[in-house]
Amino acid sequence: MTNSKRFLLKAALGSVIAGHAVLSLAQSGPIKIGLILPMTGQSASTGRQIDAAVKLWMAQNGNKIAGRTVEVILKDDGAVPDATKRIAQELIVNDKVAVIAGFGITPTALATAPLATQSKTPLVVMAAATSSITEASPYIVRTSFTLPQATVAIADWAAKNKIKKAVTLVADYGPGFDAEKFFDSQFRLNGGQILDKLRTPLKAPDFAPVLQRVIDTKPDALFVFLPSGQGAAFMKQFAERGLDKSGVKLIATGDVTDDDQLADIGDVALGIVNSHHYSAAHPSATNKKFVDAFQAANKGMRPNFMAVGGYDGMRVIYKALEATKGAGGEALLNAMKGQIFESPRGPVLIDGQTRDIVQDIYIRKVERVPAMGNGLYNVEFDVIKAVKDPGKAK
Amino acid sequence: MLTLLFDGIAYGMLLFVLAVGLAVTLGLMNFINLAHGAFAMAGGYITVLLMNRLGVPFLATLPLAFLGTALIGALLEPLLYRRLYGKPHLDQVLFSIGLVFMAVTGVDFIIGSTQQNITLPAWLQGRFDISWIGIGKYRLFIIVVCAALAIGLQWMLSNTRFGSQLRASVDDPRVAGGLGLNVNRIFLLTFAVGSGLAGLGGALGAEILGLDPSFPLKFMIYFLIVVSVGGTTTLTGPLLAALLLGIADVAGKYYVPKLGAFIVYTLMIVILLLRPQGLFARAGGGK
Amino acid sequence: MSAVAQALRAHARWRWWELATFAALVLSWLLLPGQSLLLNEIAILALFAVSLDLILGYSGIVSLGHAAFFGIGSYAAALFAKLVMPDPWVGMVVAIAVAALLGALCSVLILRGSDLTRLMVTLGVASILYELANKLDWLTGGADGLPGVVMGPLRTPFGAFEFDLGGRTAYAYTLFVLILCVLLARRLVHSPFGTSLQALRDNRLRAASIGLSVNARLVVVYTVAAAIAGAAGGLLAQTTGFASLDVFEFHRSAEVMLVLVIGGTGYLYGGIFGAIVFKLLHDLVSAWTPQYWNFWLGLFLVILVLVGREKLTRPWTWFGAKR
Repeated sequence: MTNSKRFLLKAALGSVIAGHAVLSLAQSGPIKIGLILPMTGQSASTGRQIDAAVKLWMAQNGNKIAGRTVEVILKDDGAVPDATKRIAQELIVNDKVAVIAGFGITPTALATAPLATQSKTPLVVMAAATSSITEASPYIVRTSFTLPQATVAIADWAAKNKIKKAVTLVADYGPGFDAEKFFDSQFRLNGGQILDKLRTPLKAPDFAPVLQRVIDTKPDALFVFLPSGQGAAFMKQFAERGLDKSGVKLIATGDVTDDDQLADIGDVALGIVNSHHYSAAHPSATNKKFVDAFQAANKGMRPNFMAVGGYDGMRVIYKALEATKGAGGEALLNAMKGQIFESPRGPVLIDGQTRDIVQDIYIRKVERVPAMGNGLYNVEFDVIKAVKDPGKAK
Repeated sequence: MLTLLFDGIAYGMLLFVLAVGLAVTLGLMNFINLAHGAFAMAGGYITVLLMNRLGVPFLATLPLAFLGTALIGALLEPLLYRRLYGKPHLDQVLFSIGLVFMAVTGVDFIIGSTQQNITLPAWLQGRFDISWIGIGKYRLFIIVVCAALAIGLQWMLSNTRFGSQLRASVDDPRVAGGLGLNVNRIFLLTFAVGSGLAGLGGALGAEILGLDPSFPLKFMIYFLIVVSVGGTTTLTGPLLAALLLGIADVAGKYYVPKLGAFIVYTLMIVILLLRPQGLFARAGGGK
Repeated sequence: MSAVAQALRAHARWRWWELATFAALVLSWLLLPGQSLLLNEIAILALFAVSLDLILGYSGIVSLGHAAFFGIGSYAAALFAKLVMPDPWVGMVVAIAVAALLGALCSVLILRGSDLTRLMVTLGVASILYELANKLDWLTGGADGLPGVVMGPLRTPFGAFEFDLGGRTAYAYTLFVLILCVLLARRLVHSPFGTSLQALRDNRLRAASIGLSVNARLVVVYTVAAAIAGAAGGLLAQTTGFASLDVFEFHRSAEVMLVLVIGGTGYLYGGIFGAIVFKLLHDLVSAWTPQYWNFWLGLFLVILVLVGREKLTRPWTWFGAKR
């Protein structure tokens, strides 16, 4: 009984893996892409943007590669990591997807990483932004951005623009700690001084106490990192306390002036200098085409950096599938590495070593753009080219 | 830091107006209404929609937010809530959680899940700087309005016929009914007014607390803290509890930011351990 | 034997549907290998709900923070596997022990006060744990979660089995723990202790007046329930290889309460049936309308309560036949 039961289990296990390997070499049947996004819950807007971008890509580029149909299977994980993992597992084992993509927040990507390694399925991160993700598995490729990329850029800009003393204010969770760490080290590297490091709780934040501390400390600038829903409330309270007139410059990463929200935030956002990898107002022909097509297909909804992460993710997947003629596994992963192309955000490279994205980071200011319906946009005025992720760049 | 104290008081007063309806409902009908936050959200959205889509001035939207939400409350009370008064608390919790889910997803569907922003009229923006206190105009406005409401409510409770009928019904609904009071009507009016106040609180709070479909879920715990610490038998209890909560929260985050959120929860647990009926509960009329 | 003792004995006898349920669970592992992952999730949720039944159904304690024990079990198992040793059985014992300890400590908090007080206190404890896990990110990974929980093989008298990609080992493991805990809980509720719990649920004052020590019983049952919830949490961490802050969130506590209510409180198996129905419904409705699943769930709850909860598990009462 003992030995045969063990044998049975091993046989079952073996046949599952073998079956998966066999099918990934098969030359017929649809090519399936598993897309796991948070369509419900707090991160639902991320899911919405990426889903729209993926649909746009497929509408523009068709659904045939190497003579086979491409099928995207969209699943909602509600940004709950154990759901993500289970869904990914089912997609890999039952649906035999060639690649899994999406991943709205970091824990969902980290939870799924071991699966990618174990099943040799490339995993494309289109949204999550923590540096360590690409190190969690050799099968992970990222097309979004890393928070340190944006943070280091604004810290550099600040140091070179007469800002000597700064206070940092971040949301009290992982990405916030990252932003604080990198701003701090880069700013001080350039000779600046950090007067105070403030944190606000992630849920139901009240900015009164932290803003009071900023008033007391009187820095040249306040660096802010907040998840995209909280930017508006913060900026209003900043202005309410007269801080905008007191000579404290407000600088941030672009999460606070997210294109998805910017139109609704209103005039309080004017003048904020921030750094990010994508603005809907980026002045390139590729971007104009992208934005126009996106808005046409989505009732005027403006694409934001999440959408461009999804759009470029599809580009990477498609080009890689074309190169391997629909095969998956290690060959597909290798075809993703080293891709270099023009994205709506600017020139982009998928680093062959780190599998992370290398892109230009822009310094922008929020302004009203008459040419674009007088709406509020992040207008780029400076750029740092080909930024590698500082979280790894040693 | 007097500015901090001022901010904490404003926050506390807002919480009071938001939570007072819940306190009365719990005290009067012994009904744990976790959907109270949904009424607040409704009031907030009424204000936002009126201001942003119809251009109604801010001040005018406030009474409309109150009335609109009170109306919703007055409709739901006989239709739904009344059937559940005698039921065990678990049923009430489930029912109100179900209502919250419906409200949250309903609003998400109809309006969308982004944060709603309003632009205050110019005379409410900015602040007065008086020597060492910075007094935000809007926060001052909130304190004034909420204080007026609190005084008005207290006056109504102690000086009007309805007030004494209400107090009688809270103390013992059966005896009150036996004495000829129309307890159903009292419940209906009280529920409507309580919901209306929540709606008004949501409207006032839209600027400071933010407004999106997840508002009821985010702030429910704060309302519950006010009610459980403040007790449900007096009006001053929740008022003091709300002020305490507001000041503790703001001061805690300023002086001991590392502990931030812990302070409120720990304080609540300690208070409830020592005085399970709430800090300010009156003896008698007990449950 | 007296009539009372005989009646109680009869009550504790095995029913056919109890045995059928266990058989069905085991059969599901044998016959549905492709669904092991989903079934595993259902089984973990079922165990969590059964633990809540002990305090809610049998002792009348309304808790909105039961996820505290689920979460602590999850992190305990994950950290143990990462830092000490990856054996699943030892990790499970650790998870249970830690959760039981927390349960014993927290049981003191729920002894006094009204239903609202208990709601608040349980909610507060879960919230504090969430914040703690968030703050201690050097240990717990904070908001990013704790990845890399690689479990060693499951040692059984039949040999050592690795946790496979298809989830079959995981599901078998979970089923084993689930059935074991249900058997233990069953023993507990059909004992004199269990009967006294129901007495104090129905009328605490009366129970105290006939000499039952209410507080001691509450402490014991709360600790046991916490231990079982911790086991469920440990299973989650071990079978998914991951722990995240999500385990302490309010929606977990709310969800398990809904599951239990759907299945029916007070007869111990409600957790299992509720978990099956809830998860299957969720999968079905989410596929159809992923964004608005909560709306239908809310509507279902409202109608359920208005119509009367007991009716859900007694289909013969649906059309008004009075007994």
